[in-house]
Amino acid sequence: MKNAAELRELRTVLQQQAQNGRAKPRIIVGMGTCGIAAGAKDVFNAVVQEVESRRLDVVVAQTGCIGMCQREPLLDVELPGGPRVTYGNVAVKDVPRIIASHVLNGSIVEELAVAQFPAGELRAENVPSYDELDFYRKQRRLALANCGRIDPENIEEYIAAGGYEACVKALTEMTPEEVIAEVKRAGLRGRGGAGFPTGLKWELTRQTPSTKKYIICNADEGDPGAFMDRSLLEGDPHRVIEGMIIGAYAIGADEGYIYVRAEYPLAIKRLELALQQARERGFLGEDIFGSGFSFNLQIKKGAGAFVCGEETALMASIEGKRGMPRPKPPFPSQSGLWGKPTNINNVETFANVPELIRLGAAGFSSIGTQGSTGTKVFALTGKIANTGLVEVPMGLSLREVVYDIGGGVPGGGQLKAVQIGGPSGGCIPAELLDLPIDYESLRSVGAMMGSGGMVVMDQSTCMVDVARFFLRFTQHESCGKCTPCREGTKRMLEILDRICSGEGREGDLELLEELGHHIRDTSLCQLGGSAPNPVLSTLQYFRAEYEAHIKDKRCPANVCAGMGAPFAIDGQLCIGCGLCIRACPVGAVSGERRKPHSIDPEACILCGACAAKCPVHAIAQGA
Amino acid sequence: MIYLRSLGWRRVKTVEGVESMACMCGQDRENLQKYLQPLHQILSRYAGEERYLVPILQEAQEAYGYLPREVLREVARKLNISFSKVYGVATFYAQFHLQPRGRHVIKVCTGTACHVRGGGEVLKAFQKELGITPGQTTADLEFTLETVACIGACGLAPVIMVDEDTHGRVSPESVKGILDSYRKGTETEVAAG
Repeated sequence: MKNAAELRELRTVLQQQAQNGRAKPRIIVGMGTCGIAAGAKDVFNAVVQEVESRRLDVVVAQTGCIGMCQREPLLDVELPGGPRVTYGNVAVKDVPRIIASHVLNGSIVEELAVAQFPAGELRAENVPSYDELDFYRKQRRLALANCGRIDPENIEEYIAAGGYEACVKALTEMTPEEVIAEVKRAGLRGRGGAGFPTGLKWELTRQTPSTKKYIICNADEGDPGAFMDRSLLEGDPHRVIEGMIIGAYAIGADEGYIYVRAEYPLAIKRLELALQQARERGFLGEDIFGSGFSFNLQIKKGAGAFVCGEETALMASIEGKRGMPRPKPPFPSQSGLWGKPTNINNVETFANVPELIRLGAAGFSSIGTQGSTGTKVFALTGKIANTGLVEVPMGLSLREVVYDIGGGVPGGGQLKAVQIGGPSGGCIPAELLDLPIDYESLRSVGAMMGSGGMVVMDQSTCMVDVARFFLRFTQHESCGKCTPCREGTKRMLEILDRICSGEGREGDLELLEELGHHIRDTSLCQLGGSAPNPVLSTLQYFRAEYEAHIKDKRCPANVCAGMGAPFAIDGQLCIGCGLCIRACPVGAVSGERRKPHSIDPEACILCGACAAKCPVHAIAQGA
Repeated sequence: MIYLRSLGWRRVKTVEGVESMACMCGQDRENLQKYLQPLHQILSRYAGEERYLVPILQEAQEAYGYLPREVLREVARKLNISFSKVYGVATFYAQFHLQPRGRHVIKVCTGTACHVRGGGEVLKAFQKELGITPGQTTADLEFTLETVACIGACGLAPVIMVDEDTHGRVSPESVKGILDSYRKGTETEVAAG
């Protein structure tokens, strides 16, 4: 690849080829980790087998995650000139039917069809298009534009979709300073958590004089409940690579690393393949597009330490040391990897860069709000009807995301809170659902954007238990270097354990707050600095629940076991089936068959196993 | 393990109660060299610099199943860094294990989404079925049970991983079937010698 003209020529050829390729029917299976976990591999094999046994002349391909986790495994069928129809919850047994009916006879299996991408005017009847689905209507997909549409293992599909165009433009038509100015004007902010302006970060690294600079992509996605980085790397790895090339050009780095979690084997595999293809095509290597700019990129596998998501810890890990953070300054832009100026951005940030250059600063900043431009990807999970990966313009309200896109709480349950930002974030109560999603609004209510995990909780979730869950996580992942984080989170966890087991004391809540504020203000890095957030935010909005645990020895959501009065059996309701006798781990239940049983209150350990097993709901605490 | 036993090595309990490898035959030196051969092959692919410590340990663990003390010592010697530094890195990262592990490693996700959707019950079912707690390995060295903070397939919670396969929407009832599917697939272990 020598210059822009050559790329455009190649794209035209590829698009033409794709058009011709569509002369054959295509069957495409969604093969992200989610899809595979739901059985996509079996579906894929069944397709291959069916195609072979019927000797069909069709293209069988794979794609990444389109975000509808709820409907996995997904299978698309596209007939020449026809719309691309997506089937959801496809089982192996459905494959012959879909092939016989749709591929061979052109009649869509309507009861399995979920959505379609119409081909121009041509669309299937009785199947909604993606734009018409509630799940997609309010989304705006920039970073995820190709995810679930192209084959991530084929660079040609990325190029045909306009890939590497922004990279050519930046390297051949713009100076590094112009690229930085464009990113600054567009207002792009870091998508990994804190929301630091990306253009400013690049400028600081550019301005530090040095003959050697590094650029790093932080793909150490460790927040429980977040999987956008994995989906991006699995579904569209070239977009991230392209963003990194542009970033490296802007700051003047000739070497880069992608630091990926080892728990993401498929993402690593696809990235390796993508890097190799990019090298072969000359997007990476020496003198790219004849611009005189050279850039090499390699993968570093993480070894399982959450704290390595912190930039100084991440660099220590690449250097082969224990991944522990160090004080800043000096900032990585001054002294980073091996003491050289280094720029670190998150996967989603880099994935936004090609789109930013393509749309231009004005186009990009017209999306979102004034202070938070563009879009944000969220992983929507928990007690919600449509779990999945969604990308929305900044400034959309939480209510729109949870109800309009997510479909609300399934089974008519009542929403209690939305947890945003993982272990660094906070729980936002139902009454604040109209809050617009942007960096400042979230911070103002004690949460943070974080990497974009969004877990919906209903009435059956105990907020004290949730706070304890996150604190246990950060406590476990604390690297131990600074005292506030190492000791402070431990003390907070002890208090929460005490409260959850019914031994909370007067003054515990004040103590939690005091400890929380100290840890937040004095920790070395943001792992400790944000660790108290889940506790502080639940204390702020759900204090009554904490008080019920402490004063009434009662868990309002019935989650925390081992609290309150012993269990007892209602003799009127008991049918004497004996299930509770077998369920009790301490033999506290006794009784003759078909006669009402009873529980020895002295022996009962309050575990609730009997109540959970009772078919007629005759067992309750203190009944 | 068969591989190690065939060379005259077996697991012993040291004073601290930590299992380690000790040679039970007379030909210490020769056996040690043979034992370290896979490691030397790995080391030959890297320049002897500290920056390669993590990838070397990752590959060594893949070859040995865990990181025996002798391997850590040899890595320290070849990279010309102190044993304590290697030990420090090996114990810092959750991925590294200093004790033998089962042939199949089960990771039960205890992340937020799985927690909310009943991942705890799934973990209990594995504990009951295997008779071990997280962090332990079955006596036949078949399964190791672990918990993981998040696999990143939250949309399919509760999720587990067996080796590199991800299983979604797992219920306590489906646990036995999953285990059986791995029990059946017994590939023969080659004893080197």
